Amino acid sequence: MESTIIKSRNFNALFGSNTVVKNVNIDIPRNRVVAVMGPSGCGKTTYLRCINRMHELIPGATSNGEMTINNENIYDMHPIFVRQKIGMVFQRPNPFPNLSIYDNVIAGYKLNGVKLPRAERDRIVEHSLTRVALWNEVKDSLNKKGSFLSGGQQQRLCIARAVAMEPEVLLFDEPTSALDPISTSTVEELFHELKVNYTLIIVTHNMQQAARVSDKTAFFYLGELVEYDETKIMFTNPKDNRTQNYITGRFS
Amino acid sequence: MDTSVEKGIVTRNDLPLRVINSTPEGIFKAKRRVKRSFRQIRTETVFRRTLTIMGLLMIILVLGILLTLIIQSLPSIKSLGLKYLWGKVWDPVQDIYGAWPFLLGTLLSSFLALIISIPFSLAVAVFLGEYFPKGWMPDFLKNAVELIAAVPSVIYGFWGLAVLVPIVRNLETHIGVEPVGVGIFSSSLILAIMIIPYAASLGRSMIQMVPSPLKEAAYGLGATRWEVIRSVVLPYTKSGLFAGILLSLGRALGETMAVTMVIGNTSLIPKNIFAPGNTMASVIANEFTEADKPVYLSALIELGLVLFLVTVVINLIGKKIIDRFTNE
Amino acid sequence: MDGKNIKYRIGKSYVAQIVTTLFAFACVIPLLFILGYIIKAGITKINWHFLVNIPKPVGEAGGGILNALVGSILIIFFASLIAIPIGILAGIYLAENGKSRLAYWCRLCVDILQGVPSIVIGIIAYFWLVKPLGSFSALSGSAALAIMMLPIVIRSTEETLKLLPSSLQEAAFALGIPFHRVIYKVIIPVGVSGILSGVMLAIARVTGETAPLLFTAFGNPYLSFNITKPMQSLPLLIFNYATSPYNDWLNLAWGASVILLLWVLLLNIFTKLITRKWKVQL
Repeated sequence: MESTIIKSRNFNALFGSNTVVKNVNIDIPRNRVVAVMGPSGCGKTTYLRCINRMHELIPGATSNGEMTINNENIYDMHPIFVRQKIGMVFQRPNPFPNLSIYDNVIAGYKLNGVKLPRAERDRIVEHSLTRVALWNEVKDSLNKKGSFLSGGQQQRLCIARAVAMEPEVLLFDEPTSALDPISTSTVEELFHELKVNYTLIIVTHNMQQAARVSDKTAFFYLGELVEYDETKIMFTNPKDNRTQNYITGRFS
Repeated sequence: MDTSVEKGIVTRNDLPLRVINSTPEGIFKAKRRVKRSFRQIRTETVFRRTLTIMGLLMIILVLGILLTLIIQSLPSIKSLGLKYLWGKVWDPVQDIYGAWPFLLGTLLSSFLALIISIPFSLAVAVFLGEYFPKGWMPDFLKNAVELIAAVPSVIYGFWGLAVLVPIVRNLETHIGVEPVGVGIFSSSLILAIMIIPYAASLGRSMIQMVPSPLKEAAYGLGATRWEVIRSVVLPYTKSGLFAGILLSLGRALGETMAVTMVIGNTSLIPKNIFAPGNTMASVIANEFTEADKPVYLSALIELGLVLFLVTVVINLIGKKIIDRFTNE
Repeated sequence: MDGKNIKYRIGKSYVAQIVTTLFAFACVIPLLFILGYIIKAGITKINWHFLVNIPKPVGEAGGGILNALVGSILIIFFASLIAIPIGILAGIYLAENGKSRLAYWCRLCVDILQGVPSIVIGIIAYFWLVKPLGSFSALSGSAALAIMMLPIVIRSTEETLKLLPSSLQEAAFALGIPFHRVIYKVIIPVGVSGILSGVMLAIARVTGETAPLLFTAFGNPYLSFNITKPMQSLPLLIFNYATSPYNDWLNLAWGASVILLLWVLLLNIFTKLITRKWKVQL
C-alpha cells in the first residue's frame, strides 16, 4: 500500500473572483512521479503553484479547500516552512545571475543566513550537483557565474539548487519546454533517479513526456481534474471521454 | 544501489545525504531550522511594515509641506485678505503689501522664456526623435542638452550677471530704453536656455513613440519627410509635446537663483520687458531673512504657497497627459 | 503630376531639415560659451592656497574657499544619509506593492515632491528645523536637500526593480527565503547599478542647489565642522560673492564656479560609467 504524501480535498484556486482550479481531489503518492497534463489555461500550473503556496504571491490570488502534506494542512504553516519542504523548478531556468555556480546551489542556505561549516557546504554542493549529473561538467568552474552554461545545464543547476534544500517534494513547472531535445532527455533521465529520494510532480504540456517519465498522470481540463490514474491506463484505456480526446489530439 | 524502505520513506544508504526524519541529528537540524524560521518570519513582518511606513512617509511629507505653507500664510491671509494678490504696491516699510508686481514678473519672465525656448526644444526633439535617433552626432547633442540641465543655476546666474547683462545694457542704449542691463528680458534669456532640456527630452521620447506604420502610410502616399513630420508625427504627439512645454513652464516658474541675480530685484511694476522687476521666487529669496514683521514674513510665505500650488498643478497636469499618452 | 510642385515640396523638406538641425545645434552654442567663459575666468584663480584657505575679509587679497568645500561635503553627506535609506525603501515599497491604494497616493506625492520649487523646500526646512532649534544649521540644510533628493532616488529605485524579471523573485521565494532576504540578498544586488545611478544623480542634482540653503545653512565666513551651526557651501558662496561689488570676492566666486562645475560634471560622468560597469547580465 503506497503512502500518500500530498492530499488535496475540494481544493479551489481563484484569481479575484474567477475560479481557475475547481474542486480538485487528488492523492499524490510518496516517491513517485506524477505528471499533470492538460491544454493551455486548464489550471495545471496554477494548481502546482498552490502546492508550495507560490500562488498567493500574486495580488488578488486566493484559494480554499484542503491541501495537506504528511497530513498537515499547508495553510496552517507559514509559507516559508512549506517551501522548505516542497521545492520548485521553473519553466525558464533562473539561476541567480549575481551568484557563482557554487553559491547558486547552496543559495537556499546562504540567502537564508544559515552558516554552515565549509566542509558541510562543499558536501552539499557536490552531492546536489552529482544528483543532477552536473558535477563532472562544472566541478572545475564552481566559482564562475552560471551564464556560460547551456540551457539544459542551467536547468539542472536549478534542480540541484532545489535538491540541496533536502525537500520531500519537488515541483516542476514545464521544466523542459525551454530546452533542446538533448537537454530534455538528460533532465528526463534525472526524474528516474530523483524519485528514489523525492516525490516529483511535473506539469507538462508534452503528452509524450508525461507518458515517458511518470508513474501516475492527472489530466486537467478547464480547471477541473478530469481523470487521475496510472499512466499506463491513462494513455491506453482512459475512462473519461475528454481524456481520450486529449490524448488523441482532438484538442491541445 | 543500497536501498531500504522504512515507514514509507525510501533511503539510499550509500549516499549519506538523505536524512531520515527520525534520527537525533535530523530532529536537531529540523528544530534549529524551525527556530531560525520563526525569527525570520518576525523580521519579515517588521520589514514589510517598515516599507509601508516609508510609503506613508511620502504622503505625510507632502501634506506637511502644504499644511506648513498654509499655516504660515494665515496671518497674511487674515489681515490682508485676497486683494493682496492683485495689490499693486509692495512697500514693507510702510506696511503696504501687494503681490501683483511679483505675479506679473513671474508670468512675464516665464512665458517669455518659454516662447524663446520652444523653437529650440522642438528642434532638438524632432532632430533626435525623427531625423537622427542613432549615431555619434545625436549622442553628442543628447549629452550636451542633458549637460544644460546639469549646470547649477547659480552658475547661470553668475555668467548672466557678468556677461549677458552688459550685452543687454548695450542693446538697451541702442534701442533707447533705460540701460540697466538687469531686468525681465535678461532673466527670460537665461531662463530660456535653462529650460530647453525639459521640453526637448520629453518631446524626443514622445516623437520616438510614433508608430512606424503610421509614418510609412504617409510615405507610401508620396509625402516628403517634412510633410510626414508636419502632418503625422507632430499631430500625433501634440499632447505629449504640450506636456513637455508644461514641464518646462513649471521649471521656469520655480527657478530662483539665476533669476534673482539678473532680474534687478525691484518691487516696482515693470513698465516694459526691459525694466527690472522681481518674481515670486526671487523676492522670497531676497527678502525672507530681512522680514522683521510677522505679516511681512507671512506675506512672503503666501507667495510661496501660490508658487507651490501653481507648479504642482502644472506638473501634475503634465504628468497626467504623459501617462494617458503612454498608456494608449 | 506637376513636376515643379514636387520639386518645391522636396526642397521645402530639405530646408526644414536644415533649419531643424541648425536650431537644434544652436542650443549647444550658449552652453559651450558659458562653460568656456567660466573655465577661462576661474581657472587662473585656482591654486593650492585657494583650496586650503578661507575667504579673507574685504580688502585683503588672497583667501580661498576651504570653508565652502568642507561645508558642501558635510551638508551633502548628511543629506545623503537621510535621503538614501528612506528613498530606497520607499522605492522598494512602490515596486513591490504597485497596485495598492496607498501606493497610488504615495506615487502621486513623489511626483508632487519632484515639482516643488527649491525655494519652497527651503521655507519648509526653515519652519521645521531652523525656527524650532533656534539657529541656522547645516543639518537643516541637509534636511532640505534630502527632501529634494528623495523623489529622484525613489523614482530610479522603483524603475530599476520593476525592470527585473519576476522569475528572479520567484526562484528565491520557492527556496523558502523570507521576503526581506529576497529583497536584500537577491533583488537589490542584481539591481544595484540602477539604484546607484539614481543615488548619484540625486547627489549631482543637489550639489549645485542654492535656494534651499539660503535660510537653512545660511552660510558662514569661517571654517566650521559643527553641523548644528550655520555652514558655508559652494553654491552659497558663489551667490554671495558674485553679487558683491568687491573684486577679490568676485575672483573667489569665479574660482569656486569652476570647482563646482567640475564637481557636477565628474559626478555625472561617474554615474554613466558606473551604470555601464556594474550592470549584471540577466
